[in-house]
Amino acid sequence: MKAYREFIKGLWERNPVFRLLLGMCPTLAVTNYVKNGIAMGLAVIFVLVCSSIIIPFFRRQIPNQVRIPTFIVLIATFVTLADYFLRANFPVISKQLGPYVPLIVVNCIILGRAEAFSSKNPPLYSFLDALGMGLGFTVALVMISAVREFFGAGSILGYQILTDWYTPWLVMGLPPGAFLTLGILLGLINTFSKKMRG
Amino acid sequence: MKELLIIFFATVTTNNVVWHYFLGICPFLGVSNKLETAIGMGFAVTFVMTLATIFVWPIYHLVLLTFGLEFLEYVSFILVIASLVQFVEMYLRKMVPTLYRALGIFLPLITTNCAILGVTLFMVIRDYNFIQSVVFAFSAGIGFTLALLIMAGIRENLELAPVPESLKGAGVTLIIAGILALAFMGLVGLVG
Repeated sequence: MKAYREFIKGLWERNPVFRLLLGMCPTLAVTNYVKNGIAMGLAVIFVLVCSSIIIPFFRRQIPNQVRIPTFIVLIATFVTLADYFLRANFPVISKQLGPYVPLIVVNCIILGRAEAFSSKNPPLYSFLDALGMGLGFTVALVMISAVREFFGAGSILGYQILTDWYTPWLVMGLPPGAFLTLGILLGLINTFSKKMRG
Repeated sequence: MKELLIIFFATVTTNNVVWHYFLGICPFLGVSNKLETAIGMGFAVTFVMTLATIFVWPIYHLVLLTFGLEFLEYVSFILVIASLVQFVEMYLRKMVPTLYRALGIFLPLITTNCAILGVTLFMVIRDYNFIQSVVFAFSAGIGFTLALLIMAGIRENLELAPVPESLKGAGVTLIIAGILALAFMGLVGLVG
């Protein structure tokens, strides 16, 4: 039961993007198309899950004073793996994500989970927590990118939904659209969850 | 010289790190509610960013490229930045206590500021030479400070405004950032 709770909390109740406001750079930068959002989400899940499995095993060996640099180096190693994998297998997506894949290193979600959860809990819980947080992040990215792609290009995942009569709002694909979409979504989600609580 | 000026103006305005590349959004949302802290954070970031680039450029071009170790790029960059921040903090505490008191609390936060790592990565992607990299890093820091200052000024006035309950805090800040980003897009075409 506890294990299930650790997994599910990242999806909504403690969603890293909408609730904790972590990992804002990729959330805003790569969400112009749903495809990019999914790729970034998967890369983050990979790094988050790998580091959450490794860290609990070494939590007693790592001296307390140097734990943050150790975590960062560990995370940077997994990010390098993810980046080279993307570059080799999906060169187009890798090019579009650009420097935002290496920037996963300083994504506060990953260091935050390593510091707050993985370094204090056994591997199984830590794994579930990471998976939940990663999925919550991906869901948030997909939501934002769906809104932006729908209004900005009239399509979702590349499938044209709105046809010729629709003039795309170019601004949604550009940086200002990212800020506006996330701001409005945050407001809507706050209103919605307040209504649910009654 | 002209080229350097173009880098400077483009990086401060149209290619601003915050509004165009979304780097350093966490501190942007976190410390932009007071003008004073915004100035402190802005200068701390500018300082570390410039210094980090001065150290990272030779490491990448003289060590990593020479020995074919490009795959160590991210690991070595983040290590350099993290240890640099540590050293700067220790040095300032000992030698320039006044500056340390002004920047002190912001320094540890800077290691995980994506703007610093982001700028060093852009330096590699754009293949800047040493001088260009340093100018680029400095102007990125100035651009970050500018964004933070404008935002802090607006947010100080926002405290008196009737904002809808569910948009309070991050929501309204992001919407304002969107409008500001739109305004800065008006400068496109002014510089290269």
